[in-house]
Amino acid sequence: MELNDLIFKIIFVIAVFAVSLLVAMYSTYAERKVAAFFQDRLGPNRAGPFGMLQPLADGIKMFMKEEIIPTNADKVLFVLGPSLAMMTACMTGVVIPWGSSLIIDGKEYVMQITDVNIGILYVFGVVSVGVYGIMIGGWASNNKFSLLGALRASSQMISYELAMGMSIVALVMMTGTLSVREIVESQPGGHWNVFVQPLGFLLFLICAFAETNRTPFDLPECETELVGGYHTEYSSMKLGFYLFAEYINMFISSAIIVCLFFGGYNFPFISELGLSHNMAAILGTVIFFAKVFFFIFFFMWIRWTIPRFRYDQLMRVGWKVLIPLAVVNIVLTAIYLMWKHDLWNTTLHVSQLNP
Amino acid sequence: MEHNITRLPIESLMQLTNRSKVVVNKKMSFVERLYLPAILGGLMITFRHFFKKKATISYPEVQRDFSPVYRGQHVLKRDEQGRENCTACGLCAVACPAEAISMTASERKKGEEHLYREEKYASVYEINMLRCIFCGLCEEACPKEAIFLTDRIVSSDYQRNGFIYGKDQLVESTDPDKRVDIAGRLKAHRHQ
Repeated sequence: MELNDLIFKIIFVIAVFAVSLLVAMYSTYAERKVAAFFQDRLGPNRAGPFGMLQPLADGIKMFMKEEIIPTNADKVLFVLGPSLAMMTACMTGVVIPWGSSLIIDGKEYVMQITDVNIGILYVFGVVSVGVYGIMIGGWASNNKFSLLGALRASSQMISYELAMGMSIVALVMMTGTLSVREIVESQPGGHWNVFVQPLGFLLFLICAFAETNRTPFDLPECETELVGGYHTEYSSMKLGFYLFAEYINMFISSAIIVCLFFGGYNFPFISELGLSHNMAAILGTVIFFAKVFFFIFFFMWIRWTIPRFRYDQLMRVGWKVLIPLAVVNIVLTAIYLMWKHDLWNTTLHVSQLNP
Repeated sequence: MEHNITRLPIESLMQLTNRSKVVVNKKMSFVERLYLPAILGGLMITFRHFFKKKATISYPEVQRDFSPVYRGQHVLKRDEQGRENCTACGLCAVACPAEAISMTASERKKGEEHLYREEKYASVYEINMLRCIFCGLCEEACPKEAIFLTDRIVSSDYQRNGFIYGKDQLVESTDPDKRVDIAGRLKAHRHQ
């Protein structure tokens, strides 16, 4: 790797990290504002113009609060929990293609930290580790509400991860790759995957809500039953980390939904605008973020519309509805692919199936 | 076995509103069991609220209009010449259901004619704002149009003592510009 590449990568890593944090920070503000608007209120509007400084004020508040570690808590695990949650939340942004590429001094720089060829599997892997953050936090608190919240969180996330993985299989069959960038590039212009995989998209969206512990799947922190769920005992910035991790997850989930189903940085008529390569790439990134912000808004929109599931309903939807539907989707996609490539009468080795 | 009971049709029963619905426990159709149309409907409802006029009043900047007959903090009125109307007759204290009013009557001395309208006046007049229920019966009982409730709000305090308002807080200023406007209450009072 040349020095230029290295510098670009380092800058890009820092930029992605900063943007993730910034978006998460302003998601808290947006959440409160959106919630207020849905409820015919005004929302925070005192700190700065339109309350824009509210996240800063909240951050300062979080840092200033008293740091409490319960006497009977496992000290090491208690600190490890939120750290793990935060770390895994920040790690998933690595494989997301934020834009096509920039050409500087005749050299092409890809706007992605790293294009792992099993990008989606990497995301699933990291998200699964994220469950440990919640589980460890709930366990270490030595509190029944926390433990129940953690149990709910882990069983929910593991159940929905299955359906999520299955819903992706059909998409992977269509595109023939696990690399996120290649999936994005297989949807040029307006040929987005959502039009060919609507069922897959719906399943993935529902699972994404469950994975990020958002309403209607926010049972792990359901106030009416569990006080605060797994973060009942947490205070100060450790609580802040848990809440922050949730918002970063929401951002990353939105980004992945956009990459897999809504063409990532692609948008219709991109080639007809006659822009230079760099301009088109920057415009693509802007479009990408617009799509991501729409999905973040959609997450909030759903939150203030649909009530929380009951626990048995949650499990029933996960195991008895989503997984069978995902299997049906795989079968339908397989039949379609067989028909498209006319494979009924030919015998092929599996490796030849990929286009 | 058939019982001979005459059942009234449901429409003939007395109804308080016309919004009552007959509940049907029919099985949900396939489309209904998908829940997606219902979810979309719900999303549309919340989205409409997104653009609705907000109910919030940004308090210090925007203040809500009070009703002209609002019953807030009391005022002891003066007449046009700046003399206190109150003659310490005690009818307000008697009328008060919360027993919030107490007063001490005094005789007007020579040279105080510009301060008190009649020969008797209240040297001490106290209202305990924590006891007061702002019913307005004091104002109704007053034969001299001396006490009125106004559209001012009793401010908060850290001590209970602070809520016992004496004459310094109750009697209005002699300055004609600083008189308390009680037109709304006066109209309601005279109408009775």
